[in-house]
Amino acid sequence: MAAPMSGGGRLCRLAWRRRAGALHSGAQPAALGREPGKVAETQSGVAPWRAVVGLEVHAQINSNSKIFSGSQVQFTAPPNSLVSFFDASLPGTLPVLNRRCVEAAVMTGLALSCSINKKSLFDRKHYFYADLPAGYQITQQRLPIAVNGNLSYTLYVGAKQSQMVTKNVRIKQIQLEQDSGKSLHNDARSQTFIDLNRAGVGLMEVVMEPDMCCGEEAAAAVRELQLILQTLGSSQAIMAEGQLRVDANVSVRHPGEPYGVRTEVKNINSLRFLARAVDYEIQRQIEELENGGTILNETRAFDYKLGCTIPMRDKEGKQDYRFMPEPNLPPLILYDAKSLPANIDDQQVVNIDWIQERLPDLPSVKRARLVEQYGILPEHSFTLLNEDGLMELFEDVVRKTQMNPKKVIGWVISELLGHLKQYDLTVKESPVNSVSLADLLNLLERGVISSSAAKQVLEELWKGEGKTPLQIVKEKRLELIQNQRELDQICQAVMEGHQEEVMEIKAGNKKVLNKLIGLVQRATQRRADPILVKQILEKKLSQ
Amino acid sequence: MAKPDVNPAIQDGGAHGFLSPAAGFRPGVVSRVSTALKEGQVSPTELCQRCLSLIKATKFLNAYITVTEDTALRQAEESEKRYRRGQSLGDLDGIPVAVKDNFSTTGIETTCASNMLKGYIPPYSATVVQKLLDQGAVLIGKTNLDEFAMGSGSTDGIFGPVRNPWSYSKQYREKCGQNSHLENEDSSWLITGGSSGGSAAAVSSFTCFAALGSDTGGSTRNPAAHCGVVGLKPTYGLVSRHGLIPLVNSMDVPGILTRCVDDAATVLGVLAGHDPKDSTTVQDPFNPFKLPSVIDVSKLCIGIPKEYHIPGLSSETLAVWSKAADLFENAGARVIEVSLPHTCYSIVCYHVLCTAEVASNMARFDGLEYGHRSNMDKSTESMYAATRREGFNDVVRGRILSGNYFLLKQNYEKYFIKAQKVRRLIANDFVNVFSSGVDVLLTPTTLRDAVPYVEFIKEDNRTRSAQDDIFTQAANMSGLPAVSIPTALSEKGLPIGLQFVGRAFQELQLLTVAKWFEKQAKFPILQLQEMLDHADALSHQKISLSS
Repeated sequence: MAAPMSGGGRLCRLAWRRRAGALHSGAQPAALGREPGKVAETQSGVAPWRAVVGLEVHAQINSNSKIFSGSQVQFTAPPNSLVSFFDASLPGTLPVLNRRCVEAAVMTGLALSCSINKKSLFDRKHYFYADLPAGYQITQQRLPIAVNGNLSYTLYVGAKQSQMVTKNVRIKQIQLEQDSGKSLHNDARSQTFIDLNRAGVGLMEVVMEPDMCCGEEAAAAVRELQLILQTLGSSQAIMAEGQLRVDANVSVRHPGEPYGVRTEVKNINSLRFLARAVDYEIQRQIEELENGGTILNETRAFDYKLGCTIPMRDKEGKQDYRFMPEPNLPPLILYDAKSLPANIDDQQVVNIDWIQERLPDLPSVKRARLVEQYGILPEHSFTLLNEDGLMELFEDVVRKTQMNPKKVIGWVISELLGHLKQYDLTVKESPVNSVSLADLLNLLERGVISSSAAKQVLEELWKGEGKTPLQIVKEKRLELIQNQRELDQICQAVMEGHQEEVMEIKAGNKKVLNKLIGLVQRATQRRADPILVKQILEKKLSQ
Repeated sequence: MAKPDVNPAIQDGGAHGFLSPAAGFRPGVVSRVSTALKEGQVSPTELCQRCLSLIKATKFLNAYITVTEDTALRQAEESEKRYRRGQSLGDLDGIPVAVKDNFSTTGIETTCASNMLKGYIPPYSATVVQKLLDQGAVLIGKTNLDEFAMGSGSTDGIFGPVRNPWSYSKQYREKCGQNSHLENEDSSWLITGGSSGGSAAAVSSFTCFAALGSDTGGSTRNPAAHCGVVGLKPTYGLVSRHGLIPLVNSMDVPGILTRCVDDAATVLGVLAGHDPKDSTTVQDPFNPFKLPSVIDVSKLCIGIPKEYHIPGLSSETLAVWSKAADLFENAGARVIEVSLPHTCYSIVCYHVLCTAEVASNMARFDGLEYGHRSNMDKSTESMYAATRREGFNDVVRGRILSGNYFLLKQNYEKYFIKAQKVRRLIANDFVNVFSSGVDVLLTPTTLRDAVPYVEFIKEDNRTRSAQDDIFTQAANMSGLPAVSIPTALSEKGLPIGLQFVGRAFQELQLLTVAKWFEKQAKFPILQLQEMLDHADALSHQKISLSS
């Protein structure tokens, strides 16, 4: 059964996107303003439509060589430069399973709370396509390496998207399989070029049960999966590079009714497009059905330029994949501490327990730790994990400063990440590293500079000229004036120059004090500690 | 003790008469040649040249698709240098061998006797080929076969049928009452059996000392029986299939064709063992063995499967089989009738599994990466279709179609799964028999002796294969080792072979029994001299075959 939609406002927004959206001026709303939940509610008197969304996620395994051959795996390489005889399906070549790929799948299975099958099998899935040299793909149809898992993900719900809700999607299975090559069509010359560099790269297909009900949920689930894969290192999972590819199975129905006819949406290469594609498809199906139409069980592609899904022509005919056991690969047997035979070469076996013991902290554990250890808000923990390298930077800065982590997080998220978003940079590419940020925050914490001066320094650091914060502070003369007498004199001069204001204050209009403070700040080029200035002025005024 | 007159296959005064039989202990042909090479009685180059000359003289047999004369001579030269330095690589150093043209050979065209792979030059060698070369063997050529090894006659390849050397033997000509004029032979020449007919004919006609075949349903043993040579199908998983262009991956095994059992053991010793490139080879180390010269069979139990006594079995083959059983009994062995109850389902089950894997394995031949590509360029799909129509013969296309039918979603359970279950039952039949104390099974290899080509082609390939694989394919279904031993001549003067099936990975026991039997059988030598005289009197004189 698919999980029913959560009651109340269905304006769910993603934790990961919320931060990004908040910081990114002009960020697109994720769901095109066509929230499926909202549409459903407009059907007065009729039971609302409920959408059912399941996902098949293909993650390229992060390994040096391909799953069944010794060819290197590399995203950027000249076409057809990473092709072994096996990858080109030369007759007589045989697959040899890459141990690293098995370990990656076991790791991923464990991280998703799957049961790992101690025995799994490989099958051939047949279809003719120019970038599938053997005429079949080796996959795990009958008995995959991992089954029955679970993935928790979080999204924001409620009118102000202030409420975090944790949801679950069941993982049906994880199967190991080969990637295909790439076809490059030149329609003008009606030619197709084939690049087999990708042919035979290891994939984990993660099949999620139809437990989701909108694009936001689908995108949030995939984002969490992406983080888990990246944490494990089992896949780099970069969607833009095709390392993570999502097919969405979408159907709609009225509550209590059986599943509707589903469509499969392919060619989705970003999380934003995933949310849009799913929501568009839900909307399309509802409209189709309400207009008396029917839904075809078909494959559709998402056209990100048009923002809609369109039927895929080359998959029109119903395929019979003629599955067959792969006779060249014996059953894949995995061991645990109990079943591990004595005197066996460690290199010849994969030990599930051994992998389990070495699993790194998963994102959910890391987030909980961040909240507990640093006292930061849960939503901040999401932001720290969502940006690659941001958590490490934050923790580094905390280690290097005396500043309260609760204050550090503000600088890291609002200032540093804000800057990065503005210029579309990753944490890795940031001109401001943890050392300079820590130096800066230490200057602030020690009272050497004001927080507004600190922001100025950050602006300078952003230019990436290699100067330290202290150098910038000195050059720009941004230190707070520590000399009480000097400040006294400046305050005195301001008061003397603004007798009217002084009179007003003395007459009881305390608000005018702020104007005097501002004047002092201007006179000191903001190098005065405003609290100190206020104290001095108040003292002088009361004299 | 072996008797001097049990000569495995060296023709007296014939092709290799320079190797006169020594008295007393007689190791295999290969080791005798190896000794001659070591002692300098003959050089690898001379040996190679003699074989090349013989290949030319027997060209009409059509045993070879490619004769690798230049590389062979180069390899022989290398071998010669090693012998001169006293650094022979082993028993196979300098020995001319042939390889069926469905094994990949670096830089040497590998066709599978199909238009699809005509002109295809692989960039790598099959593991078994490489192992032969690494031992110094001289690769003399690639042998003919049925297209993609699909057949039991070696008649269905694009290079034409292979002719059985026995068609031209003194023995056959005399028995047939025909004169040996070649003008008349077109109607009477015999098939070799198949699909490794080229390899069997090559070994049988003395153009090489050993040849690789492949054995999926009997493709090594069947032509071995018809051509009067030893044909060994090792246990599945003992010998690497890497580089063998597959027919049925779960049944294919590289086969070994030699003139005697000792040679088969020698070659097996070189080929067997784990190959990291073939995950279905067993990890256990393989220890090459030499067969004992004194063999006692009195403690053995020989099983005679009653289900192999079938109507189509020729009376003379049956008689040879019975006589063989008697031989064992007389030598003190226990000979018992055993039952393999699922035998009758084997051939149809084999057909389903075989075609299903064929359909899958042949999917890669789409004209894109290698091999034939049609000029049709309307669309990728039409190019595929035309390429496959032009590239494959009717037999291959027929098997692809039926295989795909069995794999269709609605048929998979009904055919493929059922066939797999039956396969398990068939394998269990053997397990049960062997666990009941039987050491080796003795059966016929084929129903009868070789038939003339004109007779053979009266039936289609499928019918022929179903008949001809009847005794052999069960060993492939169960993965067991089996060997065909030339046993006697039929009334027509043609070879009849018997098959021994052993326990999995018990090749030593199987071949020991086979060697004992070989000695008792005293199978006669193919007398080809007359044929050669007629075939090419001129070239024959030039090559001076006798020493």
